[in-house]
Amino acid sequence: MQFPNPHDVKAATIPGTEGWERMYPYQYQFVTDDPERNRYEKETFWFYDGLHYPEPLYPFDTIWDEAWYLALSQFNNRIFQVPPVRGVDHRIINGYVYISPVPVQNPEEIGKRVPNFMERAGYYYKNWDELEAKWKVKMEATIAELEALEIPSLPDVEDISVVTSGIGESRGYHLIKNYDDLINLGIKCWQYHFEFLNLGYAAYVFFMDFTQKLFPSIPLQRVTQMISGIDVIMYKPDDELKGLAKKAILLGVDEAVTAHREWEDVKKAVAALPKGDEWLAAFEKARYPWFNISSGTGWFHTDRSWNDSLGIPLSGIQTYINKIRAGAEVDRPMEQVRAERDRITAEYRELITNDADRKQFDELLGCAKTVFPYVENHLFYVEHWFHSVFWNKMRQVAAVMKEHGILNEIEDVWYMRRDEIKQALWDMVTAWATGVTPRGTKTWPAEIEWRKGVMQKFREWRAPPAIGVAPEVIQEPFTIVLWGVTNKSLSDWASVQDVGDPDSITEMKGFAASPGIVEGKARVCFSAEEIRDLMEDEILVAPTTSPSWAPAFAKIKACITDVGGVMSHAAIVCREYGMPAVVGTGYSTKVIKTGMMLRVDGSSGQITIAR
Amino acid sequence: MTSIAAATVAGTSNRPPLVSWFEECTKDSIALVGGKCSSLGELISSGVRVPPGFALTTAGFADFMRGAGIQAEIAGLLQGLDHDDLDRLENVSRSIREMIESRPMSVELEDLIGEAYRKLSVRCCQASVPVAVRSSATAEDLPGASFAGQQDTYLWIRGFDDVIHHVRRCISSLYTARAIAYRLKMGFPHEQVAISVGVQKMANAYAAGVMFTLHPATGDRSVIVIDANFGFGESVVSGEVTPDHFVVNKVTLDILERTISTKLMCYTVDLKIQKSVATEVPFERQSIQCLIDDEITELAWMAKKIEKHYGRPMDIEWAVDKALPAGGNIYILQARPETIWSNRSQAAAVAASSSAMDYIVSSLLAGKRLS
Repeated sequence: MQFPNPHDVKAATIPGTEGWERMYPYQYQFVTDDPERNRYEKETFWFYDGLHYPEPLYPFDTIWDEAWYLALSQFNNRIFQVPPVRGVDHRIINGYVYISPVPVQNPEEIGKRVPNFMERAGYYYKNWDELEAKWKVKMEATIAELEALEIPSLPDVEDISVVTSGIGESRGYHLIKNYDDLINLGIKCWQYHFEFLNLGYAAYVFFMDFTQKLFPSIPLQRVTQMISGIDVIMYKPDDELKGLAKKAILLGVDEAVTAHREWEDVKKAVAALPKGDEWLAAFEKARYPWFNISSGTGWFHTDRSWNDSLGIPLSGIQTYINKIRAGAEVDRPMEQVRAERDRITAEYRELITNDADRKQFDELLGCAKTVFPYVENHLFYVEHWFHSVFWNKMRQVAAVMKEHGILNEIEDVWYMRRDEIKQALWDMVTAWATGVTPRGTKTWPAEIEWRKGVMQKFREWRAPPAIGVAPEVIQEPFTIVLWGVTNKSLSDWASVQDVGDPDSITEMKGFAASPGIVEGKARVCFSAEEIRDLMEDEILVAPTTSPSWAPAFAKIKACITDVGGVMSHAAIVCREYGMPAVVGTGYSTKVIKTGMMLRVDGSSGQITIAR
Repeated sequence: MTSIAAATVAGTSNRPPLVSWFEECTKDSIALVGGKCSSLGELISSGVRVPPGFALTTAGFADFMRGAGIQAEIAGLLQGLDHDDLDRLENVSRSIREMIESRPMSVELEDLIGEAYRKLSVRCCQASVPVAVRSSATAEDLPGASFAGQQDTYLWIRGFDDVIHHVRRCISSLYTARAIAYRLKMGFPHEQVAISVGVQKMANAYAAGVMFTLHPATGDRSVIVIDANFGFGESVVSGEVTPDHFVVNKVTLDILERTISTKLMCYTVDLKIQKSVATEVPFERQSIQCLIDDEITELAWMAKKIEKHYGRPMDIEWAVDKALPAGGNIYILQARPETIWSNRSQAAAVAASSSAMDYIVSSLLAGKRLS
């Protein structure tokens, strides 16, 4: 399969964005002045990583891309030595990230990597639970360190204690150092992120692969249903909301909780009630750590946590209070979900016709079930808890920069690369120390204004789903799982490319993620804030969903996402609620508009739009 | 369901029943009701809906032959026949069959059949329900389909007199020239042959077809594949139309794939000639899915039960009845073991069962094919 040439795509620079390359690290560029690199780039297959990056990347947010570029690649290639594949290479065009797994070409080298992989990955699989417990300790320590990290402002005169305690260091130095520490903690957190992840995905993907060999028609959603855990951390925040809804009714504060849209108004109203303080205390308790949940994937500074916008958890609590009042059950039907999982597993197992296959099935299922909790739970620790705290620490850094005239606004900081911020801090702190004006006060505000314009143009650009030349096989587990890289999705992507006008599309295909057929009105929500506008029985259409969207699922009757596979959040939750879901459609939020009538077939992955 | 046989036989002796409802038959009833009726009984006991009906048993057949008092006469006619003497065979056959078809049944037997037919009509909520009358041979393990005249099937029979008449015609099919010749050749004594006759409600199919409890293309045991068209199943079985095609998940019963074809023709009954006839499907219905989703799910559920009952993949004929209300309108007509995939040796998907780690490594090396 042939997709557009990366250099041609890049050469068609959007007018007015000339020079955009300086917004990103130089190694991310597709180049034409280095013949060897140019040939490699041209002959390689690059996916647009729409799963993680539905929007163009802000220069600062590139940090997590750099972090996983390093972490995934090193674990694959230098630590575990996945035999046929090295790391995953990255590029950026117009702010959109393209990635490509790098194969090991030489069969002899692959052979040499096998024993290493067996020993190293084997060690992890064998000692999974013990190592995972260790991981949790490391991760919690990292988060604690982050939370304790102080971002100092720059005083006119240092405190006398600097002298009397003989500290010998200034706050200026601490600002520079703690910014470095902040960045390093982030990078470290992502080292841990990938410690288990790819091994987890490998166990997942090959269990799927095996069951599909046994049952060519088995829907992937059924395979994931067999392994999906039930008591995973990612459900905890939503469970807290349900608990708070019940408590509100119990304490007689539910009227006050549902009376206002804004948290501050609710807080005042509840505080005035006899048992209001008890409920508010429960609310505060739930916030740490459970409201450190991002309203998006957590990958972007724009993804604010529940703690940042308490209106989101509030609207969730309100939804549940209304459900309970209407006599509906809000708790997840755990027993039912578990029983159905066990029934499905047992029935498929019974259909296996020979003992060798049944034994292999048991082995792989056991392995997949062992890795499952990590694959789900790491998201809360890294993308949600750590990131939510991290973004706010960065805002503190930005506040100091604003104070010293480097930035006009705190939120302007995201238009700078992390190394540019470090330079600017040096400029600012040395100027502060010296008593002069930082050079950056004249350069950065103008540059940032220009970058804002560039980002806007990037947003209006549509990133091709794939560029370069598709290989025959993909061996990198992460790529296989997350991008649902199958022959089918590629040809579907290719066919969407051919349709010029999104307004003429009446049929869309995605992954059949949760079975059932419904018809209803579409509600397109681009962020968790917008789920407040959802009406009962609408069909949610979203770029992707995350656990902070959980309350939305109590209202809707089907869900469609642009990106995600059968184990994405939307898929898992819809299966639990027993409502249809079609995920990984590529373009649903671009094609579907709020109010359109849709028919969603979650068994076949077909979406029909009535025009 | 009251047992006709039990009602009549009660208090007399251990005499086998002369008439038996299908639901009283099992796979062990072949000697009494023949292969066809016993397999219908077996299907009912698997828990699925089968067009209801009853059988004149081999005991009923014997009672008829005794009561008609024609056994000696028949034996005389068959005396000294040569299986190569086709003219004489034809003549003898004609005489015997005329004899059988013209003799009255005993009042008891006529009453039993009449009562069963009346009850069947009540069950089907139709006065004089149309039925299929067909012979059900007791010796199907013997080669030669013509042995018991088992092709004799009379469709769309209505009313008591016609039912009795066609039951006799089925009995007389034991004495077709070919059946006589065959027995002579094989040295099978004529007086030992027996036949049963099934009387079954005609399924007046709105839609019908076949289904397999595995994927015929891949052998995948986790799906049920359904082919369907409007009207009777003949159009699907014979391949005269491209049917609608559904793949249903056997474990969860959700519809995985649906292919709606343009169905140009179907078979419906012409009651005047009591035959099914090829008809054009009206243009506006040609591209419409011929089953509703609930029916597809119920069919798959039935297929699953049948497979479980027989303990092996099955090939099933079914119909959706026009005259019955939704939720009770699906009939299983026939089920037989699937042979193609079942006879193939089941090679393991893995060369040798191995640890998860070995499997993961070998799979990583193989990679995932993109094209």
